[in-house]
Amino acid sequence: MAVNKDSNGYTFAFAITLVVVVGTLLAGIAIWTKPFQDKNDEVKKKMNILKAMLPQEEADEISRKNAAEEFEKYINLEDAVVIDIDGVIKDTLAFDIDIKKQYRDKKLEDADRDFPLFVAKTKDGKTAYIIPVVGNGLWGPIWGNICLDEDMRTIRGATFDHKGETPGLGAEIKQAFFVNGWLNETITDENGDIVKFEVVKDKSGAKKETKVDGITGGTITSKGVEEMVNRCLKPYIAYFKSLKN
Amino acid sequence: MSDSVEKTKEPKEPLFSKKNKKLITDPLLDNNPITVQVLGICSALAITVQVEQGIVMGLSVAFVLMAGNVIISMLRNLIPSRIRIIVQLVVVASLVIIVDQLLAAFMPDISEKLSVFVGLIITNCIIMGRFEAFAMANKPWPSLIDAVGNSIGYAWILVLVAVFRELLGSGTLMGYQIFGSAIPGEEWGLYTMGYVNNNMMILPPMALIIVGVIIWVQRSKNKELIEGH
Repeated sequence: MAVNKDSNGYTFAFAITLVVVVGTLLAGIAIWTKPFQDKNDEVKKKMNILKAMLPQEEADEISRKNAAEEFEKYINLEDAVVIDIDGVIKDTLAFDIDIKKQYRDKKLEDADRDFPLFVAKTKDGKTAYIIPVVGNGLWGPIWGNICLDEDMRTIRGATFDHKGETPGLGAEIKQAFFVNGWLNETITDENGDIVKFEVVKDKSGAKKETKVDGITGGTITSKGVEEMVNRCLKPYIAYFKSLKN
Repeated sequence: MSDSVEKTKEPKEPLFSKKNKKLITDPLLDNNPITVQVLGICSALAITVQVEQGIVMGLSVAFVLMAGNVIISMLRNLIPSRIRIIVQLVVVASLVIIVDQLLAAFMPDISEKLSVFVGLIITNCIIMGRFEAFAMANKPWPSLIDAVGNSIGYAWILVLVAVFRELLGSGTLMGYQIFGSAIPGEEWGLYTMGYVNNNMMILPPMALIIVGVIIWVQRSKNKELIEGH
């Protein structure tokens, strides 16, 4: 080849061609896969809500294949509500609210934030309330769902998930041993006021109320869950109070 | 990198010639990317808490390294030497993102398992190291073999470190309880006799110490690896 590969012209031409080719390729793939990814996200959201509500054995049965179908069985989206930070209903389209996006948006006024609440009917005919939560772990966002019993205060089930926590350390928040620590805790005290949960290191979580055992080596992520649960549950307390009255 | 370096036409060599076999066997021990070249340490300490993660990471790196090595090798005569590093980086990053997007769309469950590894693969120095040191100067086939050898060399050290860390740190292997259960009230196995897991093992520094021990063992067996003074 007669082209001088060390010349500026060649270098520029190569760089530009590379960027155009790679850019087009990546953009094309992103556009092409977007609808599939959105569908997957929707199914995943339904799976997480269901898993928080169902008992362990049944939750394990939920997969991407049966999630949409099972979701309809237990959860009627027409019962779902969206409340504001003071616990007043402002909307009903709870499933379309992207709380992760709202959480990322630091400029959003607290008064404009939405707090979705899903209502489910369990197999034994009881009502269960599912609250989605979102927060920050060590490396990125963490999120989950907290499911309350009919009494609107006892935690019946929970799921936690994360984007990029360290495997084996912070990523363990999604494992049963951590999630189970939250079960049967109550989110309000006798007076109906919100309690403050604390993730502890001294293994006292199983015995004491409002304390949950953290993850060794995953302290910051565990603390992130603590902050997330405490902050996200707050607006719902007022709403539940108004329901009871 | 320029045409003058290229070797003169050799007679066609068999696919698995002696030279090519060496490309696979060398990185396993005597030229191991982790223990001898000390590359890819960042990922080695980040994801070796569990054996399963080590295997997944090994496979992911193998895929990206093989595809990348072949692509770079095919482009080697076109890439201007002044911007070659950035070109290599673009190739790795694009490959990883394409795979990530496709998995997220069509195999969402696998994609979730791999999500944490995406960043670690792009920044893995072994990949850039092989592009620069091998694929830029060799044909696609030897480059592919070189990638296979290096990925295996990388993966087996990863898994070995993970075996130690998971077994001693959590008392499990691939998630199966080896020493019994330490859950309060439900203890069985060694834990009933007062055995406790070594929590140090699941913290990152222990990965470096284990890699250090492996290097020590390896160099005491093969004196040639010890750098002269």
